[in-house]
Amino acid sequence: MPIKENTNKNRTMRKIDPLQSLNSWDKKSRHQTIEHIIHGIFLLLGLIAVGCVLVITVYLVISGIPAIREIGLFDFLFGEEWASTAAEARYGILPFILTSIYGTLGAIVIGVPIGFMTAVYLSKLASPRVKSVMQSAVSMLAGIPSVVYGLVGMLVLVPGIRKVFDVPDGASLLAAIVVLAIMILPSIIKMSVTALDAVPKEYEDASFALGATPIETYFKVSVPAAKSGIAAAVVLGVGRAIGEAMAVMMVAGNVPNMPDSLFQSVRFLTTAVASEMAYSSGLQQQALFSIALVLFFFIMLINAALNFLLKREKE
Amino acid sequence: MKKMIAMVMLAVMAMFALAGCGGGGKTVGSVSTDGSTSMEKVIGALGESFQNETGIRFTYNPTGSGSGIKAVQEGRCDIGLSSRELKKSEQDRGLKATVLAYDGIAVIVNPNNPVSDLGLEKVAQIYRGEITNWSQLGGSNAEIVLIGREAGSGTRDGFESITNTKDGCKYRQELTSTGDVITTVAQNPNAIGYASVASVKDSVKALTINGIAANEANIKDGSYVVQRPFVLVTKGDVKLTEGAQKFFDYITSSAAHGIISAAGVVPAN
Repeated sequence: MPIKENTNKNRTMRKIDPLQSLNSWDKKSRHQTIEHIIHGIFLLLGLIAVGCVLVITVYLVISGIPAIREIGLFDFLFGEEWASTAAEARYGILPFILTSIYGTLGAIVIGVPIGFMTAVYLSKLASPRVKSVMQSAVSMLAGIPSVVYGLVGMLVLVPGIRKVFDVPDGASLLAAIVVLAIMILPSIIKMSVTALDAVPKEYEDASFALGATPIETYFKVSVPAAKSGIAAAVVLGVGRAIGEAMAVMMVAGNVPNMPDSLFQSVRFLTTAVASEMAYSSGLQQQALFSIALVLFFFIMLINAALNFLLKREKE
Repeated sequence: MKKMIAMVMLAVMAMFALAGCGGGGKTVGSVSTDGSTSMEKVIGALGESFQNETGIRFTYNPTGSGSGIKAVQEGRCDIGLSSRELKKSEQDRGLKATVLAYDGIAVIVNPNNPVSDLGLEKVAQIYRGEITNWSQLGGSNAEIVLIGREAGSGTRDGFESITNTKDGCKYRQELTSTGDVITTVAQNPNAIGYASVASVKDSVKALTINGIAANEANIKDGSYVVQRPFVLVTKGDVKLTEGAQKFFDYITSSAAHGIISAAGVVPAN
């Protein structure tokens, strides 16, 4: 494509300056060489991302498999007890898997309705002034580092939960869910607004012309038309929630309990890796890599499932 | 970013692999240490400044006190590192212990907690979950919230081995840094936690144990019991190599006090 554009350019140049036609062949081939080099550079830069994914995948698989083999896949995935430094070490990650699933689901249950409604309001109902103020606020929310979410959660949310629900300690699954729900809001709102803004105006005009009220139009015409974009927003939210470590580590309590209640101190897949990595060695460290591998598969699975849903929807 | 993380992980792995080979350490101009993971911070800081000052290569193999003592016994390293006193049987084999520093661990509660003194056995009972309410200790009628550190932490290892609660603690929260423990205890009126004495701030109250306050003087003379020595283990009858001797002299001299204190422990001499 770029090469073609360039030959066009050459042609126009020749028209403007006929004297150059004497060495135009020479010039053309030189231009082509430069084009090839630049093309190569871009390709190389593009391959960096692909290379990273490959390196990480291969590395995770290679370093994650040995521990699973030693512990046994079933015992590893469905063991209910994690005690990596005990005299008789036990490596069961079912509590982490369930916690990550519950935590992400909880964040989606709270975050998606709020984010979705906000997006409909911003895209369709809000006045331009309100829209610009609210959108910059949402952008700022996206820019806040996760450690700050964690800190505020630790200093405000955790004591708050302790007082409101009258439990001994507020660091819990619930605290993590609330923090995650807030953290995924910006991605959901931004993606959904973009999708809703992109709905052709004619669709809505047609709906109005048939006598539908604005609310009917937005929810029965605009939203279905922007369905795939909104679904993509949810994917992004799920991805962010399941992969978050820092903020969650500061509010969830980090004890490897089974997540039996919302007020239980729990450990996520991400925090299981992050909290023990610093001092780990031997089988414990290998098991942490295996947890990372499980997390990686989860994210692949979620992406694949939602991609599949999106595709089916389009058809 | 992800690639960077992967590379850092690779580097860490490579370091472990290299550390495994560093046991030979008999050449002049190098010193190899092996042992306690709790001493990682202090010995790492000392080794780094020693290496910068003298150019002598320093290696540290974090394996645990027991294996460090064994390694020096078998001549696989110059200096063994142990975060407990040597046992009688180990001393009988001709090993010599030199205390480098004392690691004092403060038991901390919220400043509003009326309880200000506990016996060591009571602390152990609290952490084992045998005492669960502050009213059993003369405090208000509220459930005790146990705050601890993550598995593998040197402070946790120290606390659990001193109180004899290893693998038996019923934690409500496992936090990954001393700062987090202090912040959490400062936030929750019913929390109890532990942190290295050097890092305790005014936002929390350090309990006296058997009536003895956790301060440097009491740790040094041994009256404050929630503490353990960081010991350098050498073979009594075998002379250290030149490099190892220089390192030994350096870290036991007063010049190293600043570095040892900065690592959060109390220098022994």
